[in-house]
Amino acid sequence: MARGQGASLDKKKLMADPVMVTTIVLLITFLSLFILYPLAILLVDSFVGDGGGFSFSVFKRVFQIPTFTTAITNTLKVGFVVGLIATAVGLLFAYVEMYVRINRFASGLFKMVSMLPVVSPPFVLSLSMIMLFGKAGIITRYLLKIYDNSVYGFWGIVIVQSLTFFPVCYMMFKGLLKNIDPSLEEAARDMGASRWKVFTSVTLPLLLPGIGNAFLVTFIESIADFANPMIIGGNYDTLATTIYLQITGAYDKAGAAAMAVVLLCITLAMFAVQKYVLEAKSTATLTGKASRARMLIEDKGVRIPLSTLCTIGAAFVILMYICVPIGALFPTWGFKFFPLTLKWFKLVFTRYHGLKAFKDSFVLSFIAAPITALLSMIISYLVVKRKFRSKGFIEAVSMLAMAVPGTVLGVGYIRGFSGGLFHTGFMQGLYGTGAILVIVFIVRSLPTGTRSGIAALRQIDKSIEESAYDMGAGSLKVFTSVTLPLIKDSFLSGLVTAFVRSITAISAIILLVTPQFLLITVQINEFAEKGSYGLACAFATILIIITYGSVLLMNLFIKHFGTSRQIKED
Amino acid sequence: MEKKSKGVRLEHISKIYRDPKTKKDFYAVKDASITIDPGSFVTLLGPSGCGKTTTLRMIAGFESPDEGNIYLGDEAINELTPNKRDTAMVFQSYALLPHYNIYDNVAYGLKIRKLPKDVIHERVMKILDLVELTGMESRMTNQLSGGQQQRVALARALVIEPSVLLFDEPLSNLDAKLRVQMRTEIRRIQQEVGITAIYVTHDQSEAMAISDKIIIMDKGVVAQMGTPYEIYYNPVNEFVADFIGEANFLRGPMVGTEGEFAILDIDGHRCKVEKHDGMSEGSTYTAVLRPEASSLSDTDGVPCKVILSCFMGSYQNYHVMVGKTLVRLEEYNPKHKRIYKVGDECRLNFDPVSVYVLRT
Ligand SMILES: Nc1ncnc2c1ncn2[C@@H]1O[C@H](COP(=O)(O)OP(=O)(O)OP(=O)(O)O)[C@@H](O)[C@H]1O
Ligand SMILES: [Mg+2]
Repeated sequence: MARGQGASLDKKKLMADPVMVTTIVLLITFLSLFILYPLAILLVDSFVGDGGGFSFSVFKRVFQIPTFTTAITNTLKVGFVVGLIATAVGLLFAYVEMYVRINRFASGLFKMVSMLPVVSPPFVLSLSMIMLFGKAGIITRYLLKIYDNSVYGFWGIVIVQSLTFFPVCYMMFKGLLKNIDPSLEEAARDMGASRWKVFTSVTLPLLLPGIGNAFLVTFIESIADFANPMIIGGNYDTLATTIYLQITGAYDKAGAAAMAVVLLCITLAMFAVQKYVLEAKSTATLTGKASRARMLIEDKGVRIPLSTLCTIGAAFVILMYICVPIGALFPTWGFKFFPLTLKWFKLVFTRYHGLKAFKDSFVLSFIAAPITALLSMIISYLVVKRKFRSKGFIEAVSMLAMAVPGTVLGVGYIRGFSGGLFHTGFMQGLYGTGAILVIVFIVRSLPTGTRSGIAALRQIDKSIEESAYDMGAGSLKVFTSVTLPLIKDSFLSGLVTAFVRSITAISAIILLVTPQFLLITVQINEFAEKGSYGLACAFATILIIITYGSVLLMNLFIKHFGTSRQIKED
Repeated sequence: MEKKSKGVRLEHISKIYRDPKTKKDFYAVKDASITIDPGSFVTLLGPSGCGKTTTLRMIAGFESPDEGNIYLGDEAINELTPNKRDTAMVFQSYALLPHYNIYDNVAYGLKIRKLPKDVIHERVMKILDLVELTGMESRMTNQLSGGQQQRVALARALVIEPSVLLFDEPLSNLDAKLRVQMRTEIRRIQQEVGITAIYVTHDQSEAMAISDKIIIMDKGVVAQMGTPYEIYYNPVNEFVADFIGEANFLRGPMVGTEGEFAILDIDGHRCKVEKHDGMSEGSTYTAVLRPEASSLSDTDGVPCKVILSCFMGSYQNYHVMVGKTLVRLEEYNPKHKRIYKVGDECRLNFDPVSVYVLRT
């Protein structure tokens, strides 16, 4: 049995389609150059390293740096604890929302909690943690009269990261719980099992792969997180911050490259387990559609404590987010609260080049967002609707970007582009320009966009595009006249997500930004490091307003122009 | 339609797929050679998974054959992409463009061909008239019933005046009554336009009702191709006989001849059946007996015993045992006939001309 002819015909048909061929070639070039190559150069550099020729010398050297080995254990410890806490809290919230009768107010809070991490810059919670519980914290100093509380270190990072990442788990569990058929649990209840027994013997086992999945996702996020450990870590260094300091402090690029390889290996291993073992399992066990609405728990003994707990938790998280804009209005945080003042905002714009910072951040993100959105829709279209040889490569590399921590990518770009391609000087002009920042933004948001694009396209009957193709439309025409209009919503939200992710990004960009560009997130980080919380808060507040504003704008836009919703209904 | 429609020829076409579970390659279509005359209506019929859709998609260009060549008219089209092939497909799910209204859906293919606006308008209106959808141009697709959506799909395929129309179970989403109405409609339009049509279905009555020729497929292989009449009365094997209509199989050795008929020994009973050349005494044969071609009586025929008797309105349905062989029969217009009850011993008789002996 030979499939040769079919394959060669498929190839001929592809070659007869110049638009497709060009797109595929360009995509492969882009992905190889800006995702694979920087990672490859890290490997090469850390093995060739100091002496030239293949050796483990660089690895040997960095493993003798005590702060590095401590950073590895620190990172893993934090990741593990954060994974546990975020998963547990996320599960609790999801359970309460799906199983317990809660009031409108509480469900409104829940919704906000799930939205906030999406639209906030990454270190907002660290800032407010310091402002609420630090040495000059309102709660510790003014309410509890504790004058020497330190939030810096292990627990600071753990708490902040748990609060940042648990909404992701909450959304994941909500999706999974929706797919559990209520009659399974009711059957167990009928046979006399208590509610707790039903939870542990029916619900929990069904969720088990999902729990593992959520745990690993959080674990990876925690390990890759740069901003929070940077601000609230104090002397407690994680891998991401150690690598950053190795470059900016010790100027040891080869060492940083080797460290980045270590960090990359850890996240890749976890990503592999998460993606190929747990993700498939967690949805495979729960494909059942709920046959009817679930009987919510009315029992006061269960309902009141659970919903109160979650409401307070949610309110607390929201309080922490609100803390930042309010903090920007206090004359001196921790010492003088009144009268409220706009002086920090004024300072931002008069002395600290606020306008330029916002312009630079805004413009770069504004350029990156549509490219990212379009690129991810094209990739999703190719992956879901077309078949060709290099499809697996395109899909794998764009998903791989998801597992690459920003810091690793940043180091890879430094090593890969500062001296030109393969240190030959070719394309050296790219380094230090706005273009490379835009490219980093694109690469960092591409996986999320692609994932949502793929999900959206899978919903659409394949034969709709085939029919257009069959009517005589070429690939480009099919994409622009059928595919894109049908996934308009997904495209628009991808646009905004890419914009928000770009404007709030820091981990990779902080390594690559040159003095000619002032980025808001870098400014926030700088002022927070210096202890100028008023300024940091003012910068952060304006950033939040921009991101939140653009999300609102998008929702309005979709409501008015999104036709695909009306299509999806039937 | 001024354009002349073209025939389609498949020469030793095979398609190999890989089973995602076992990772083994298998033939979804195997060595299919089919010739379809211009202007004829040909149906691909077979059970689920036999390769009908795969065959159709190879003709449309969505799949590439692993062996063999496909010709449209005299042109080899193996290497052409679907948008360059002069075929138009009507999909099972209609596949209308949901963000366009009816007019734009039908006009889509013409706009791709960059025809002038007034020509497009004229042709769209003419086709909408043909499928009886005049006045609905500005509706969105979700404001139409299933049958109307199917007509739009048909109109959209017809309007680009393809050489061949391809249908993949176009009626399976409709209710039974509408299905019958639409299939007549499709046949009417096909004849009116004079276009070649290849139609996939697994519904045998649909196939019988509309086809010039039926191609029966079984596990990727073309089992038989012929007119509905040939397929029904001269099936090449048990699969075809059983798939088209109901069939009883009488199996036994040939024990003699009687004039131009052969005598088969069915569980000890002598049955007179049609004889064809190449039948020889002593060999075992299978004869196909259609349920409507036999009846029960008290006097002459093969002795049998009734094990089921059921009044169905237009006919009385019997199951009888001839020795160890089950025979189902339908006795039509039973009003003035004797009704046999379960347990009755009686005789089964049939005209030997209507019993067809398989040549395998
Ligand atoms: N893309 C594919 N990859 C692997 N196997 C496939 C693929 N498409 C079809 N098959 C297999 O090929 C065989 C023929 O499929 P096909 O769709 O042609 O059947 P069909 O006759 O149209 O059936 P139905 O009446 O159910 O539509 C089936 O066993 C099917 O599972
Ligand atoms: Mg089919």
